[in-house]
Amino acid sequence: MRFSTILRHIREGALNIVRNGWMSFASISSIFISLFILGVFMLLALNINNLTKQIESQVQIRVFLSLNIEQAKKDELLNQIGNLPEVSKVTPVSKEEGLEMLRENLGKDGATLLEGYDKENNPLPDSLTVEVADPEQIGFVAKKIKAIGDNDATAPIMSVKYGQGAVETMFKVTKAVRNVGLVIVLGLALTAMFLISNTIKMTIFARRREIGIMKLVGATNYFIRWPFFIEGALIGLIGSGITAAVLLFGYSRLVAVSQFELGLMMIKLVTLQESGLLVGSLLIGLGTAIGIWGSTISVRKYLKV
Amino acid sequence: MVIEMHDIWKTYADGTHALKGVSVLIDRNEFVYLVGPSGAGKSTFMKLIYREEVPTKGQLSVNGFNIGKLKQRKIPFVRRNIGVIFQDFRLLPKLSAYENIAFAMEVIEAPRRLIRKRTMEVLDLVGLKAKHASLPSQLSGGEQQRVAIARAIVNNPSVIVADEPTGNLDPETSWGIMNLLEEINFRGTTIVMATHNKEIVNSLRKRVIAIENGVIVRDQARGEYGYEI
Repeated sequence: MRFSTILRHIREGALNIVRNGWMSFASISSIFISLFILGVFMLLALNINNLTKQIESQVQIRVFLSLNIEQAKKDELLNQIGNLPEVSKVTPVSKEEGLEMLRENLGKDGATLLEGYDKENNPLPDSLTVEVADPEQIGFVAKKIKAIGDNDATAPIMSVKYGQGAVETMFKVTKAVRNVGLVIVLGLALTAMFLISNTIKMTIFARRREIGIMKLVGATNYFIRWPFFIEGALIGLIGSGITAAVLLFGYSRLVAVSQFELGLMMIKLVTLQESGLLVGSLLIGLGTAIGIWGSTISVRKYLKV
Repeated sequence: MVIEMHDIWKTYADGTHALKGVSVLIDRNEFVYLVGPSGAGKSTFMKLIYREEVPTKGQLSVNGFNIGKLKQRKIPFVRRNIGVIFQDFRLLPKLSAYENIAFAMEVIEAPRRLIRKRTMEVLDLVGLKAKHASLPSQLSGGEQQRVAIARAIVNNPSVIVADEPTGNLDPETSWGIMNLLEEINFRGTTIVMATHNKEIVNSLRKRVIAIENGVIVRDQARGEYGYEI
């Protein structure tokens, strides 16, 4: 192919968008609408994923030590548990801190319950807070810790608690939420592909006569295809570019405006920096690919003259 | 010979026999009228020449190419040597007169400077140099047909196939188009023209081939139209 022919194809592809203004507008609009909805759900899914991860990471194991434990034994346990490969962090909690935490958790009404308990008169045992690298391993790690206590003749561990039952249920729920989000996003992506490629097919159907004339004057199939290919790519690029810009700008405003309110509820949205590149490039990549795919498929149909 | 047909049959998928054993030779530089009632097979005859249809049976060669055995990817190159003109002009509606003509040269990847020179040349020949920037919708029927003719000849084809080129035009405009076709014929291009225009055929005497029911019933040099309408 001559260089001037390549330039011609690019020029024609771009010019055709202007020449068929309304049709291009229809295609770009359909790309915008489909991809915008898809983008909203992608951001939603990202945030749900992030939120469930946050919730999961907050689960921890409380190891209550026996009342008459010695300091040396305490340090030994701290080391042993800290050395478990699944454990990310072990924090010792003294009985005084434990009492303070209990007071805080119970609030004003509970304060009366704890009246009279103080430094000299503390019924609580010392404890350890254990965080696990992979929250799903929590049950397994709790068993391991319990085994350490059981194998020790001095029985240094009174009990191991991590919210058995409740944690497993929560994991099931968060997993389901994530999977549903993924299915919705995939379904929307497929719908978008069909909607967009159908619009493009319609615009090319309107131009089948044009293709017939090109063939009549002796244009090869490739010569006809190239401008349509470029036109499809450009329409996809423009449509998805506008979508990504509008969506991400809107999202950055949402993050800024809602930061305080959601912050009170301990919810933190995924920031634009974290999500923008992923969502933007996915949308633009998908839009361009659909634009090319839609136009290539439809042109092929009318080339057999 | 530019066109050689030997016992050509054409049967469409629905069972219609459009041509039933047509044999004809058309030489370089000839001007041929193709006459006959509607549905007699004239359009099929022409479509075979520019390979929009393939013969069901028989031997057809155009410019030395065996049309029946032509490979799909060779078709464009055969068409580049054949100019086609229709009753309904078939111009690209979004392109100017100039662009419509230049398009046929872009397709064969001619150098840009040559495209500009040659396109202006044929625009001048068909008398539309002043309207080169007009869109088809801004031109009269006769002017649109002139653009279509300019497009058909811009690549110097050896043969022009015209399917009722004056069918949509008033008598005066039709004569303008005929003068143009005759001029092109004088310059050495073979012309095959299907027509229902009795007046033109009887005044501008050329070879007449009459087709009825898929068979050639008459082939005369300097013939007459021979039908009442």
